[in-house]
Amino acid sequence: MSDPDWIDAALVSARPRAMAALLRYFRDLDTAEEAYQDACLRALKSWPDKGPPRDPTAWLILVGRNSGVDAGRRRSRQTALPSDEVLTDLAAGLDDAETALAERLDGADYRDDILRLLFVCCHPDLPATQQIALALRIVSGLSVRQIARAFLVGESAMEQRITRAKARVAKGDTPFEAPSPTERAERLLTVMAMVYLVFNEGYSAGGVEAYARRPLCHEALRLSRLLLRLFPAEPEVMGLTALMLLQHARTPARQDADGLIVLLEDQDRGLWDAAMIAEGLALIDKAMRHRQPGPYQVQAAIAALHGRAERAEDTDWAQIDHLYAALERMTPSPVVSLNRAVAVSKVAGPQAALDMIAPLEERLAGYFHFHGLRGALNLQLGRDEAAREAFHQAIALAGGAAEAAHIRQHLDRLQAEGEKNRGAVSEG
Amino acid sequence: MLYAILCYHMEDVVGAWSPAHDEAVMARLAAVRDDLAGQGRLSLSARLLPTTTAVTLRKDREPPLLVDGPFAETKEQLLGFYLVDCTDLAEAAAAARELAAANPGGCYEIRPVATSWKSSAVHGARP
Repeated sequence: MSDPDWIDAALVSARPRAMAALLRYFRDLDTAEEAYQDACLRALKSWPDKGPPRDPTAWLILVGRNSGVDAGRRRSRQTALPSDEVLTDLAAGLDDAETALAERLDGADYRDDILRLLFVCCHPDLPATQQIALALRIVSGLSVRQIARAFLVGESAMEQRITRAKARVAKGDTPFEAPSPTERAERLLTVMAMVYLVFNEGYSAGGVEAYARRPLCHEALRLSRLLLRLFPAEPEVMGLTALMLLQHARTPARQDADGLIVLLEDQDRGLWDAAMIAEGLALIDKAMRHRQPGPYQVQAAIAALHGRAERAEDTDWAQIDHLYAALERMTPSPVVSLNRAVAVSKVAGPQAALDMIAPLEERLAGYFHFHGLRGALNLQLGRDEAAREAFHQAIALAGGAAEAAHIRQHLDRLQAEGEKNRGAVSEG
Repeated sequence: MLYAILCYHMEDVVGAWSPAHDEAVMARLAAVRDDLAGQGRLSLSARLLPTTTAVTLRKDREPPLLVDGPFAETKEQLLGFYLVDCTDLAEAAAAARELAAANPGGCYEIRPVATSWKSSAVHGARP
């Protein structure tokens, strides 16, 4: 690995811990960020010659803290900047301080620091997209340009969005005291929801957007693994990580060469990422030993049943139906019931599934997938007219070109078959 | 004799590699592995899943207890291993150096193997 690669990976991996510690120290997001940037610049200057410090995170925290303090002094009374020699001396003295800090970093304090850093990004006044943008900027350290590209907006628009979000956070009360166990659990839930939002921003994109947005999935996984190391015995964190791994593993098979959606049952399972599936399965196995089921674990268990099926026809739909029923009890929602209906159609046939989703119509009338499924079930029952009507409704509600194109395929097939049949009749 | 080359590195850092970088490192390691295998010296090698997937069976009580972990926050974690046939330490160190050139960072622990038992079939970790 060349120097810049090593330094890059070290800076990226150190960022959440270092930023979290600096936020606690300065109690201000902007100051913490400036201090961290400054520490990174100094790292880029000093590490290539001297080699990496023994503990990069501790080094960055100490250098960042000093630089932030200096910046504060500079602002208050124009003191001269410390010269480079002073900095070198400081770096020499860092070694001992680094060791002491590195030991403390392993303690429980820094766990609350990182959780706080993630938690401030989830300020309830912030809309979901701003939460995600803020977390990617502050915690993951993605550049504004990278985030803008992932959200398919201009750089200046994204810059504004992040600035607004930061201002909102600065106005609110960031909780700096150590959380009670209940508060900690609540924060963790909020943060997990945010991480899953980041993932879905990347995962739900189709077509040409999918490639640009893939880094979001990657970042969400990194954040989730970070949470898992902070809370290594939390079954729901295992569940969330497993869920994302098992879903993300299918990414290479979810689109064909033309960018069209390939449904789960039609996917080439050989394209699934075997290592990600293995990691996801290991985590869900581990989580279930705790016997404290939660929504992420149940969803991961469903994804695991797909992951374990070598062929689509090996899928244990009865068990999936059972798990969706559990999920309905935990988090009742028409969308969960709609997903369950897919399993019901496999176990009890399309008519049973149609009966099940009929009462959802009122609440899901504006939902693409509701009409898509309604169309597919009617198609299976040979009710072409009802299927066509449902697909037309779905197309009108499609969230992107890929979704629309997928439904269009069904309609085209119906059209072609209709013409063939008419032809057959006239010939007869 | 057989030497185990145990790969330790900071999991956080390896996890921060971009997919492209990860692939490039794995390709370079594959070349070294192929070379060792070509000489008939590579007995087994494996990359382990992250420590977050691990559980530990504590045998200090009866019945033994299966717990999450390891929790011990060591700086570097065991991320993989190689079993290589080498005549002496110098040869084992040379093999480790080749691996290190392909994948710098972290460290390799070189441990001579006392006894090894080969099973008739070796299975991959196909889920």
